[in-house]
Amino acid sequence: MKLTLTEEQEMIKKTARDFLTDKCPKTFVKQMEESDTGYSKELWQEMAELGWMGLAFPEKYGGGDMNFLDLAVLLEEMGRACLPGPFFSTVVLGGLPILDLGKEEQKQEYLPKLINGEKILTLALTEPGYQNYDAASVTVEATPDDGNYIINGTKLFVPDAHIADYLLCAAKTKPENGITVFLADAKNPRINCTILKTVAGDKLCEVVFDQMPVPKANILGQLDQEWSAVQKIIERAAVGKCCEMVGNIQRVLEMTVDYAKERKQFDRPIGSFQIIQHYCADMATDIDGARFSTYQAAWMLSEGLPCTKEVAIAKAWIGEASQRVVALSHQIHGAIGVTIEHDLHFYTRRAKAAELAFGDADFYREVVAREMGL
Amino acid sequence: MDFGFTEEQNKFRQEVRNFLEEEIKKGYWEPACDAWIQGFDPEFTKRVAQRGWIGLTWPKEYGGQGLSYIDRLILTEGMLRYGAPAACHWFADRQIGGSIVTYGTDEQKRELLPKIISGEAYIGLGMSETEAGCDLASLQTRATEDGDAYIINGQKTWTSGGSFVNYFYLLARTDPEAPKHRGISEFIIPADLPGINRIPMIDITGTEAWNDVFFDGVRAPKKCLIGEKNRGFLQALQQLDYERSGMERLMGNYPLFDAIVQFTKENKLSQEPVIRNKLAQLRIEFEVGRLLIYRVALVMDEGRAPNREAAMSKAYSTAFEQRLAKAAMEVLGPYGQLVSDSKLAPIRGLAVHSYLASKGYSLQAGTSEILKNILATRGLGLPSS
Repeated sequence: MKLTLTEEQEMIKKTARDFLTDKCPKTFVKQMEESDTGYSKELWQEMAELGWMGLAFPEKYGGGDMNFLDLAVLLEEMGRACLPGPFFSTVVLGGLPILDLGKEEQKQEYLPKLINGEKILTLALTEPGYQNYDAASVTVEATPDDGNYIINGTKLFVPDAHIADYLLCAAKTKPENGITVFLADAKNPRINCTILKTVAGDKLCEVVFDQMPVPKANILGQLDQEWSAVQKIIERAAVGKCCEMVGNIQRVLEMTVDYAKERKQFDRPIGSFQIIQHYCADMATDIDGARFSTYQAAWMLSEGLPCTKEVAIAKAWIGEASQRVVALSHQIHGAIGVTIEHDLHFYTRRAKAAELAFGDADFYREVVAREMGL
Repeated sequence: MDFGFTEEQNKFRQEVRNFLEEEIKKGYWEPACDAWIQGFDPEFTKRVAQRGWIGLTWPKEYGGQGLSYIDRLILTEGMLRYGAPAACHWFADRQIGGSIVTYGTDEQKRELLPKIISGEAYIGLGMSETEAGCDLASLQTRATEDGDAYIINGQKTWTSGGSFVNYFYLLARTDPEAPKHRGISEFIIPADLPGINRIPMIDITGTEAWNDVFFDGVRAPKKCLIGEKNRGFLQALQQLDYERSGMERLMGNYPLFDAIVQFTKENKLSQEPVIRNKLAQLRIEFEVGRLLIYRVALVMDEGRAPNREAAMSKAYSTAFEQRLAKAAMEVLGPYGQLVSDSKLAPIRGLAVHSYLASKGYSLQAGTSEILKNILATRGLGLPSS
């Protein structure tokens, strides 16, 4: 057992910290939230040149040959910086599933372009109505028609679909939970994409497939049999979100402790009052718990070990822990923390969005209950 | 990062499990909550000793196994999971032996360590006093030099297992003129010295949990002093970190966890969404606590005292144990109030016992408030004034 980063991971962390401190100040984050695209092409290209998109992909596709645990370190830094843009969508929701499920020619076709920053990918999974992240919740249908499948229906909360080149779309191809993943051309005119306005200012979209044809060759993995693959995509995405959140709440704690040391009332720093100290101690505990449970799940994913329970523990924990951390931070910051001038709101808003993404604590408690044999 | 264990460690975990299951099968003891602190069973301790499982982390030259704190955690985790009666050796194994290894003279090491390792020395802690709780350094028990001995006068309290132990570890004031942190020394003295009187104290569950220990002109040979005179408080601080470091802070009432989960399955309560939610949340909190404690062991394996880390894990974990007891009571409804020897008492009355006993978990070995102070000031650098 070991809970420290490798030398290489320390390097990734430092490079990312330096780069993002320089390139992704909160003024930039704000600008991206207000922009139509939600990302900067220049920054995207620089990230590609740093090898970030390719980090966790094999060298033969142009990748850095590192693993998910290494990527976790990078995602943590991105969460810390509130980095806007389609990195998560492209790499975690798009690229890694292709690496897992794709045929060699599919990998050859998509991965190098993703890695060099040319193409943006995302995942169309959730749908209107109650979302339970199970096969039965997928109702968008794909029906065979000559050499194509025709996809019809509405997907919701699809991140970055408005700028994506390709969509991974989970669709129903057989009654009784026969699910297939398709690689669809996101620019096809039979896709209608509307940006939804979200709490975090990220770009989640409604994506309507209107009788959209997708060639059979674009099936990713097996026909009718990929719910388990989708589940793995969800698990990985949940852990990826946790990594971002670890970076988020760690930064929130640092801002809070700094503020508690500086802010004086009654002629002393408020951080010298035990109530504030205990709030901070509680935050630190929540964060360390989040960090270790997240990295445990990331390590297991990286090692290819079954980790449904560990993923559920991490996401359930961080969903609620991050809300507690943010709430205490606001309490300690006082009124300045609820103004738009202060940086805290960037973290508060993202923490809420991340809590909702890929299953909240209630959802994962039920997963844990099943894993306990209840 | 690596959250896995070595092959030897996995084997060791299995070995511990087999040993304990065999013990239960033979009817030697029944899994119980708080057995690490209240289960005094000299025969069990001897059998553990025979396996070389006391002093696991101590250097081989002193009869230890030279293994890591992760290894020890694997062992103690097993003991706690099965609620094994390990109280006779727990304190000496956890914190006193380590102090002797670090600060003891050769003679003390030769005399005391083998007795601990063989499961014969049961050492009780004489730290708190009636007027020295959280503010431990204000303690007033005196040890005054007199020829070849120290004369000890005063009173200690909250000594767990005080009736059973055959040694006392003692913090006593050796220089009343010095600032309070700098006039204290550490001693280990035989419990049968003339002038020592023990009076049992009954806890909220009706169990004899502690003793008040009175020292009335007790003449302790000078060789009982551990380490440097008047530096005892500083020496003890590290010991307190070790005292807080372990899995017993999370798993003190673990047999209740297993029992309540089993109970809900057998009584079809486990289909109730509210109960599923409750128990799953406990499992999540448990697993998070377990990671916090494994981190503590890794810090110790780096050779560092786990100060802020153990403060964190102990405060977190005892709160978990309390939530576990509370949740178990809620699951049982009105049956939860039935004590172990009552008609109709479910799960051997473990829930109500633990509900009461767990009130003390967040007090012993550093209250949660003191621990959060430590975490905030030493861990996060917040100012104390």
